[in-house]
Amino acid sequence: MPVYNIIQAVNDALRLEMKRDPRVVVLGEDVGKFGGVFRATSGLYDEFGPDRVMDTPLAESGIIGTAIGMALYGLKPVPEIQFADFIYPAYDQIVNELAKFRYRSGGQYPTPVVIRTPYGGGIRGGHYHSQSPEAYFVHTPGLKVVIPSNPYDAKGLLLSAIRGEDPVIFMEPKRVYRAAKGEVPEDDYTIPIGQAKIVREGSQVTLLCYGAMVHTCMEAAEKAAAEGFDPEIIDLRTLLPLDTETVLQSVRKTGRVVIAHEAPRTCGYGAELAAMIAERALLSLEAPIARVTGFDTPFPYTLENEYLPSPDRVAQAIKQTATY
Amino acid sequence: MLAKGQPVSVSPPRNPDEVFSILDEDGNVRKGVRAPEVPDEACLKLYRGLLQVRLVDDRYMKLQRQGRLGFYMQSTGEEATHFGGAYALRDSDWVFPSYREPGLAFWRGYSLTDFTNQLFGNCEDPVKGRQMPVHHSARWLNFVSISSPVGTQIPQAVGMAMAARISKKDDVALVYFGEGATSTGQFHVGMNFAGVFKAPCIFFCRNNGWAISTSREKQTASKSFAVKALAYGMPGVLVDGNDLLAIIAVMEDAVKRARAGEGPTLVEALTYRRGGHSSSDDPNAYRDPTEVAAWEAQDPIERWRRYLVKRNLWSQELHDRYAQEITDEMMAALKHAESLGPPPVESMFDDVFAELPPHLAEQKAECLAGPRPKSGHGGH
Ligand SMILES: Cc1ncc(C[n+]2csc(CCOP(=O)(O)OP(=O)(O)O)c2C)c(N)n1
Ligand SMILES: [Mg+2]
Repeated sequence: MPVYNIIQAVNDALRLEMKRDPRVVVLGEDVGKFGGVFRATSGLYDEFGPDRVMDTPLAESGIIGTAIGMALYGLKPVPEIQFADFIYPAYDQIVNELAKFRYRSGGQYPTPVVIRTPYGGGIRGGHYHSQSPEAYFVHTPGLKVVIPSNPYDAKGLLLSAIRGEDPVIFMEPKRVYRAAKGEVPEDDYTIPIGQAKIVREGSQVTLLCYGAMVHTCMEAAEKAAAEGFDPEIIDLRTLLPLDTETVLQSVRKTGRVVIAHEAPRTCGYGAELAAMIAERALLSLEAPIARVTGFDTPFPYTLENEYLPSPDRVAQAIKQTATY
Repeated sequence: MLAKGQPVSVSPPRNPDEVFSILDEDGNVRKGVRAPEVPDEACLKLYRGLLQVRLVDDRYMKLQRQGRLGFYMQSTGEEATHFGGAYALRDSDWVFPSYREPGLAFWRGYSLTDFTNQLFGNCEDPVKGRQMPVHHSARWLNFVSISSPVGTQIPQAVGMAMAARISKKDDVALVYFGEGATSTGQFHVGMNFAGVFKAPCIFFCRNNGWAISTSREKQTASKSFAVKALAYGMPGVLVDGNDLLAIIAVMEDAVKRARAGEGPTLVEALTYRRGGHSSSDDPNAYRDPTEVAAWEAQDPIERWRRYLVKRNLWSQELHDRYAQEITDEMMAALKHAESLGPPPVESMFDDVFAELPPHLAEQKAECLAGPRPKSGHGGH
């Protein structure tokens, strides 16, 4: 089985699906001959030609607006937004149009567009190459939000997303784009959207995370384990729809919860997780739910390592929650 | 010999698909064209500025390659566009730059020390280590904070220009952007507002042929970018972006009309991005290197130099002196910047709001209580 990084896994999934389904098209800035600034669409232009792999003018609203039109006509567009930080010019098209088309047309017009976009910090990118805007999209009814943490999941989840009937925001953790490597089957497989995965079994604290934070949390767990703690880590993989069952089962077992994400704390995805757990498993809790997140400031440049949840910050939360 | 006369007029509109140029490749004023009057001293100051951008780009790009600098963006080959725009303004005018016009900042008085501290995001960085390298901000020079999202500065410049009119001042706005930015909604919205409100705003499009790997042909099906002005009811001028004298002529005319209440102008400066998009880019992956060579022969600094030779202003000694001064200043700035530590951690919570609200005060305390990363410095 080949060992791929996340970029290669995404590339593999796109190639596989474009071969299998002639309706699949890719569009975005620099995705053509160049293969994307992160090279996720590398080779696709040469293989499938300019009608199916389109370099667009520099306009995210145009990329998503036209993708919606293509989907209405029956294609399966997989647009790329070069950085999640630059998705905002397309916000109206995503939030008011893409997310609501099926609903507002009484089910007549589904818009199965899968928007791929790298997100997150840790690459010395300052405000505009580091943000984690997932909460805006989770908060928008009609969008599914998927964030893989590793190559195997990236391929399986992307194939599910493209084969689905709904719009998906597919956010790729760029900090571990190349660093996260793993075996990826060459053939076709899917990972269902809406299924979390327990990536470390433990008994003491439930650690909830997704994307690049999964790697931070694994490191944190090692540190905490060295001091005798035993956290369980759940990689949520899909933020919406959330796999509440897997989360609640773990919470009922451990009675303690730590949530980690890079995005700012206030109204971040952790707030939803905490509310859901409080609603459904309050009586199982033996400690306050802890959140380790980015601070409520814009993403800084020089001090990004101070801003981002570090393994030490997560480990501290594990220990405090476990011993509360 | 310096050709005397009034600046070329772009009003009534010239054909926006025809390139306007004053200097030929040998630095002669073309026959039948009237050149603007640029005093000797200014000619030399412009030359020194062009040289500074070139030398700084070369040095800092190397520094980035050595891993001493996180990121850099060069503007090699486009230097004349910075100075042609800057020269036509007075200090009270405002500029809304993109990330590829350091000469604009230098001309207005931005020091190499500030410039270098910003690149390092250190404790003396004018923007306090908040932004990536090359995202300068210098309010004291009416040089507005640079943003990465392409095109956002365009309607903002129009708003500033509208505000100047509303305030009965005759200040103008000059906004820079690449040809890629003309594809954004921001560009069209900004142009339309400027047309409707007759805003004293000059739109300066640096058409350098490339937006990362996307060629100019993929941005627009129109023959020029300048022609887009017509749809918004303003003049559009296509100017040779490697001909500093021509840019000065076009800009002086546009500024004069803006100041007189005659409205906005779109200037397209035709030039070429000779380097990669940024230090993260490898242009050989998507374009033919022979294309670059052709533009190297059109070098804007060399053309200006030849013009100065014709005016008996240039000498090798003078050039060497400038180069030495710039290098000394740069090396001192570099040494200083590298010796400084990061901004204090608590500064991360400043400037989110005018005053620190309670939730941020709590988070600041939490952050300072740690645990914190071993090297507080983001590291370069
Ligand atoms: C809204 C937005 N989308 C995408 C990007 C990524 N990006 C940065 S620069 C750039 C190309 C800009 O080209 P152009 O406007 O021609 O300016 P140049 O770099 O040539 O000076 C792109 C696509 C961005 N910064 N902002
Ligand atoms: Mg360009």
